[in-house]
Parts: sequence; structure tokens; C-alpha cells
Amino acid sequence: MAKKIQVTVNGKAYSHDVDPRTLLVQYLRDVLGLTGTHVGCDTSNCGACTILVDGQAVKSCTLLAVQADGSEVKTIEGMADNGTLHPLQEGFREEHGLQCGFCTPGMIMASADLLERNPNPTEHEIREALEGNFCRCTGYHNIVKSVQYAAKKISKQEKVA
Amino acid sequence: MTNYIGKAVKRVEDKRFITGKGRYTDDIVLPGMTHAYIVRSPYAHARILSVDTSAAEAMEGVVKVFTGKDIAESGINGIPTGWQVNFKNGDTMKEPPHPLLVSDKARYMGDAVAVVIAESREIARDAGDRVEVEYEELPAVADAKKATEAGAPLVHDDAPNNLCFDWELGNPKAEVNEAMSKAHHITTLEFVNQRVIPNAIEPRSAIGHFEESSDKYTLYTTSQNPHLTRLLMCAFVLGIPEHKVRVVAPDVGGGFGSKIFHYAEEALVIWCSQRLKRPVKWTADRSEAFMTDAHGRDHVSKAEMGFDQNGKIVGLRVKTYANLGAYLSTFAPCVPTWLHGTLLQGLYTTPKINVDVTGVFTHTVMVDAYRGAGRPEATYLLERLMDTAALEMKMDPVELRRKNFIPAFDGVTQPGYQTQVALQYDSGNYHGVLDRALEMVGYEKFRKEQEQARKDGKLLGIGFSTYIEACGIAPSAVVGALGARAGLYEVGQVRVQPTGKVSVYTGSHSHGQGHETTFAQVVADRLGIPMDDVEIIHGDSESVAFGMGTYGSRSLAVGGSAIVKSLDKIIEKGAKIAAHKLEASEEDLEFAEGKWTVKGTDKSVGFGDVALTAYVPHNYPAGLEPGLDFSSFYDPANFTYPFGAHVAIVEVDQETGKVRLKRFIAVDDVGNVINPMIVDGQIHGGLAQGIGQALLEGAVYDENGQLINGSYMDYTMPRADDLPSFEIDRQVTPCPHNPLGVKGAGEAGTIGSTPAVVNAVMDALSPFGIKNLEMPLTPERVWRAMNS
Repeated sequence: MAKKIQVTVNGKAYSHDVDPRTLLVQYLRDVLGLTGTHVGCDTSNCGACTILVDGQAVKSCTLLAVQADGSEVKTIEGMADNGTLHPLQEGFREEHGLQCGFCTPGMIMASADLLERNPNPTEHEIREALEGNFCRCTGYHNIVKSVQYAAKKISKQEKVA
Repeated sequence: MTNYIGKAVKRVEDKRFITGKGRYTDDIVLPGMTHAYIVRSPYAHARILSVDTSAAEAMEGVVKVFTGKDIAESGINGIPTGWQVNFKNGDTMKEPPHPLLVSDKARYMGDAVAVVIAESREIARDAGDRVEVEYEELPAVADAKKATEAGAPLVHDDAPNNLCFDWELGNPKAEVNEAMSKAHHITTLEFVNQRVIPNAIEPRSAIGHFEESSDKYTLYTTSQNPHLTRLLMCAFVLGIPEHKVRVVAPDVGGGFGSKIFHYAEEALVIWCSQRLKRPVKWTADRSEAFMTDAHGRDHVSKAEMGFDQNGKIVGLRVKTYANLGAYLSTFAPCVPTWLHGTLLQGLYTTPKINVDVTGVFTHTVMVDAYRGAGRPEATYLLERLMDTAALEMKMDPVELRRKNFIPAFDGVTQPGYQTQVALQYDSGNYHGVLDRALEMVGYEKFRKEQEQARKDGKLLGIGFSTYIEACGIAPSAVVGALGARAGLYEVGQVRVQPTGKVSVYTGSHSHGQGHETTFAQVVADRLGIPMDDVEIIHGDSESVAFGMGTYGSRSLAVGGSAIVKSLDKIIEKGAKIAAHKLEASEEDLEFAEGKWTVKGTDKSVGFGDVALTAYVPHNYPAGLEPGLDFSSFYDPANFTYPFGAHVAIVEVDQETGKVRLKRFIAVDDVGNVINPMIVDGQIHGGLAQGIGQALLEGAVYDENGQLINGSYMDYTMPRADDLPSFEIDRQVTPCPHNPLGVKGAGEAGTIGSTPAVVNAVMDALSPFGIKNLEMPLTPERVWRAMNS
């Protein structure tokens, strides 16, 4: 029954036998112990489980683990670089873009995908890009500011580089 | 180094959340842990004829299946309620049993019938599908008013007409009727304050862990209120000794009220673990959360407000039917009564008020406190009445409010304001917040724009809401007299370590509020030490002495005040040690910037030095105990009364009926502010929830009691692109009766915002002669109103 998969998660290669019905989010949480990716619903609406698969934001509850075979996965645990926070992580802290923290990993990963596609989004573009991620605490006000903070910081870093 | 109070200090707790290192209940894995799946009734009302667990139990990986019969035979009790509201004639309210698993009848869609324990979540779920339950479906009633009508199906046989209680408050009805009979104008509105679903993004979860070797139990749970959960579960449900039970509420992913209550699943996982001698984890999926988390609001009301010829309010009469659901949740009876009726004075000098509330059982999930709890419902009535009355009397809604505002009072040199509905407001300046909000709006300019827009065929509207709330819950003796079965003080312990580092234990619980930051700011400031030297510990009954949890915007006003009491004791004892070390008298010392100084000299001793001396008491004051560690209970003298003015500007699309919220302005007065960044965040989140109720959200039960929008596909949660960025400001009128002068900010946004938005839509639709529409103001509802 079980099927062997090979995935790279946050730069580390893994090989596991998984039940074909295991969702990618369950694989990350239950097998790899990467509990930063959260489960907030069962209909792929809330976005708490958003991760990057081959660079693209994906709700990891919509994908079976076996579908991720051969993929490069990045989760919230892989966002900081040797202890240096990713500009989005920094932005969420600086602009108070989180309260309970449950939606935050998914928000950050979805925002990472946005900034990859659109490095300088308007408020409207940020709100549209994040409409698949629910937050019940912040009213989104400071989440928008957090993403703007990160966009600015990334563009500054790129100028320096 | 110090001086943290009033600064937007970045949050201490963020680091773990932004790196994926938060530790929520479902993240916890214990050795040998099993998984529970709960078999729930698909019917709102059904007799359970039989339950056959044999096929499920025969499956590989299934450990055990328990049914309602097992629970009934075990002799344990059901889930209790924490508040008693009696009938007007003095009869005790109806308090039907709420067993952990039902054996005779299911009383709402989602009522728990059996629990499957298995080696994995998947096996438990698969086996759950193979538990054969034979039901006889019975007629159900989901609407509170209908439930009281003759012939309505009964939820509990011993609650005739489905009545739990009836209750009234304020001036005698005859006096109010007399005042109303002399009114020049009466505005009457009938409302449904629709049922909403709290929807914290983290679903509820609980792990029960019984350790036979030590006869000890640990419950990990998604709770705003771990100590009260322990008390209720041990003393009232399971009958296990409280000192053998540890309750941990680790990181909790939002609550908004829904995680205050002691839920059946918490007691169930402990009970199962005790029988199986293995840890048992249950985590709700979202559909289950929709069905079984306590919902909020659900009032049907008729409200009448009388005015004299000058627009002064002469009386207010309110009749409310409150849906309590199928069973009584922890605070359910107090929400539509003492948290609702008492707020009907609002900001106004209304001389005569009577409110009459009927609490009703229905075949729906429990209704209890949801952000604001009773106060949003009261504010909605008042503020919708005000804007409607202004329209009817052809007055400006701002002027009508100004005419009726209670004049400013500070509660120190001027007394508090005694309302007609039992409360005494602490301090307020209501004109101030409204003036500031109007300035931010540019009110006169807006009215001109609106006039022009109407000429251009655009539907632009403005709506107001000037609200007050009673929070900082609450003086124990007062709430005790009103039916509370618990005290509502808070506990704060400050333990100074020998090195001068400080551990603070609070009975408050943070599930997003940022206690680890705000409380540390208070402690560091008072002690004159760096914030890094302070650690805030909460959410674990084994380390925190006791607590009453977080809800009712009480954390800082009550929990923070308890910490301040302990800090005062630390400083007082520290002074004795310092005086001894400095060979001075205590009266000659002053404490500032983390050191005791002999006044007028440069002789001083630092906090760390004193701490070390307290633990290494070789050269020490005679008769003084070693150590520097104090615990305090703080029981507030009064509720606190934040208030504010909210203004919404909307545009309605005539073609589609869609309401676009263009601007939202909020000026709130929550007393003194410790961390403005966190307070702003609380306001933002509250606004989104209040706006959500106005425009988007609402639980829908059909006539058979089926929850038909119980998923994120169907229940419209506010999304990022449904909301604008908010324009907020603040006024500060300190609370006169707690040491920090704080009032509480958690619920303000939700309480004020809903009527402002609805008022704005009604203003936009006034050219159509539309005066009142039910929430949520969906495009369909607005379009139909415009086209009928």
C-alpha cells in the first residue's frame, strides 16, 4: 500500500514510505515534525497550511504527499537564513502583523509567493493576493503593512546587492 | 533602559510564531498517544434507538469505542453552567443535563453520541463511519421565538415552552410605559441580531493524559481559561481531585470567546485516558468546529425609544428573545441578561429604561460569549435606534447624539454615572471621541459630497455608532449577587530570582493578546529593570497558582492589576532589605530606576543586590523572612467602561447590491495604554469581526435544525479584500479605580463597528425609503430591498 517518496524540505532530502491518502500537510506535521504548518480547515479555504512547492505557494492540504514526490518544499521553518529572519518574518514582527500566530506561517508563505511574482505590490494587490488566507485576529490591516515592509526591505537589499 | 509603558515595544512572543516554533495543542505528540474521533448526530433532534459498535471495534487499530450508555453508567455528571439567572417569579432557571455523550436523544446537529479511540486519526475516523447508530428523527426548532410558541418541539421535556428563564432589568414597566406615553416621537425597530460563528483559525483540540504511576492527569487544551476548566471538569463533571490534575493551555490560536468555556470533549479525553491508560488526543476538523463550537449573538428583539419634541430621549423599552442553544454553556445565561440589559443606557441620559429577556432552548449548538458578548447586541439596538430616529425626526444623527450624551466626568473629582440599568460608569468624555471622529471624517465636507453623489446617482452613506461597554470583568461580590457561580478576580505572582531576574505568573491567558510583552512592560517599568530580565508565564495550572482566564477585556485591567499588587509588595519588602544594607531608615529611601536611594544623597543599592540579599540573608533585617516572591489576588472595585465613536462610509452598488466599505474611522477611549501597537491591533481585529457581522457573516439553520453553511465554503469569513485599512485614533480617560488606569481594548472594535456599518448602508439606501434590513447585508438582501 505504502508508496516511497523523495522530497527536499527546507534544503534537506527525505525519503519515506507514505500511505497514498496522506496529505502533504500531514506528512510535514506528523512524519517530519514540522508543526509550523497549520491545519485550519478541511475545505482548502483558510490558507493556514500554505507552503512553497517548487517555489509556488500551495495549500498543503490540497496535495497528497505522493504528489510532492521529487519536489522541493519550503515551509515556515526554512524561511530564516542561518538565524537571519526573512524580510517577511521581520516585517510581520515590526508591523505587528500577527496576534495568535496560527495563520501567520501560511500568511508569510503566501506573501513570499506574491513578492516573488510582484516585488512592489499595491495595497489592493496585497489584499487580493492574500484573500485565500484567513486571519481572524488582525483585521488584515497590519498584515498589509507587514508585506509592504518586506517589499521595501527586499528591494533595498537588491539595490545593495 | 526602562520606561516601557506607553511605548510600541515589539512583541516578545513573535519570534516563535514567525519561525514556525509555536506550540499549539495539536502540535503536541505524547508517547503512546491514541486519537479520538467523535460520532455526532446528523439530526438536530432524534431519539437514539441503538448504537452498534461491533464493526468499528473489530477494525485493526481501533482501541475502544465508548457510547453514551458507557458515560451514563459511569455515574459522572454532565457539563455545568457557571451562571444562574432565575425566572422573574423566583423559580430557578431550567438547567438540563448535558452529558459528555448522549444516550437517549440528540438535541442538536453535532451532539456527541460515541467516541472511537484508535492508533491513528485516520483509523479513528474510518471506524467512526462504521459505528451504526439507529435514530428516530424528531421535529426540531432552531428559532428562539418560534421555540416559545405553543406546540413547538421541546428540547428538554422538563423545560415547558423551551423556556430557560425570563428576566427583566431597569425601571418598572409601568414607569417606562408612562414616560413613553408622553413621548413626542417613538422610534420602533424589530431586529434579528443574527447568530455568528467565532471561527478562531485554530480548531479546538484536547489531549487527555492519565499517568497511572502517579495517579495524575494532564489536560492540554485550546482554552482561554485553563484554571476554570480544571475546576469545572474536576469538581463538577468527573469528580476527580483537582490537585491531581494539571491543565495546560499552550499557544492558543485565537479564541474570541469560543475557548472560554469548558467543553465536553475536554472531560471526555481525560475520562477515556483514565480508562485506557494511554494519552488520547482529539482535534476538531473545521466542519466539526462549525457544528460544535459555542456560537454567538442570536437575539430577536423589539426596541422602542421615545423622544420629546427637542430630541431628548424620554424612555427605552426592549424585549429580547435570546437563543441559548440546546444546552447551557459556561456563561450562556449571563450574556443576554447581565451583559446585555445593563448596557442599554449607552452613552445617553435616558431617564427610564426597561429590558425584558426570555432565554430559550432550541435544537442548535450552544450559544455563549463571542467577542463583546451581549454588549454588541445592546449597542446594536441603541445605535440603530439613534440613526433611525434621526432620520425619522429629520435631525442630524450627530446632533441627536450630542443632545443626549451624558456630560463628561472623570470619576475622581466628579462621581461615576449611575445608570438606570444597574451599572455605575467609571469615567467618560463622550463628546471628545465623537468630535475627534468627525474631524477625521471631515463630516461637513462628506455631507456635501454625498449630496453631489446622490445627484450623480451614486449611493453613498455614512453611519455612526457611539458606544460604551462594561468590561474588566468583574467585581466578585457584584457578579455573585447577579448569579455568577465563580469569583472574577485574577491572580498575579511575581517571583524575583536570586540574580534579580523576574518570573511572573499570571492567571490571564494570551491567545493573541500579547501578554508576554505588555505585562513585561509593566513589570520592567515598575521595577526599573530591562524587559529582557522579565519572563511572563501563563496557561499552566501547575505553575500558575490560580486564574480566571482571559475574556471580557479583563487581562490588563484585572490580571495586570494583580501583578501590580505583587510588584508593590516586592518593592515594599525590598525597601526593608535596602534600608538594612544602607543603614538608613525605610522612610528616607526612594525607589526609582531599579534602585533604592537615600533621599538627597548618592547612597543607593540596586534591585539585583537586594534580590541576592533576600536569598542569601546573611546580613539581613531581624525578623524579616528571606526570599522575594509575592502572589496577589486582585478583585476589581468596578467594571471598566471603555467607549468610543465609530463612523463608517459605504457605497452601495445599485446594480448588484454590493456594499463597499470605503472608510472606517474609529476613535476609542480604552483608558491608559501600555503598548499602543498592541492596542491598535486589538482594535483592528475587533473592527473586522464587527464589520463581518454587519456585511458577511451569519450561521444559517434550516427549519429542521440543519446548519447549512457550516464550512468555509459557505460561511463568509471576512477576507483581506473585503476590508479597507482602518483610520483609528485614541482619547485617554484613565480608569479611576485600578492601579494602571486601563480599561481594556479587546472587544471595543467589535462592539462599536457593527451598527456603524449598518447605519451607513441604511443612510445610503434612504432615497429608497428603506429603513431597516437584517444583517448580514449581503448583495442579495440589499439588491432585493432596492428592487421591491
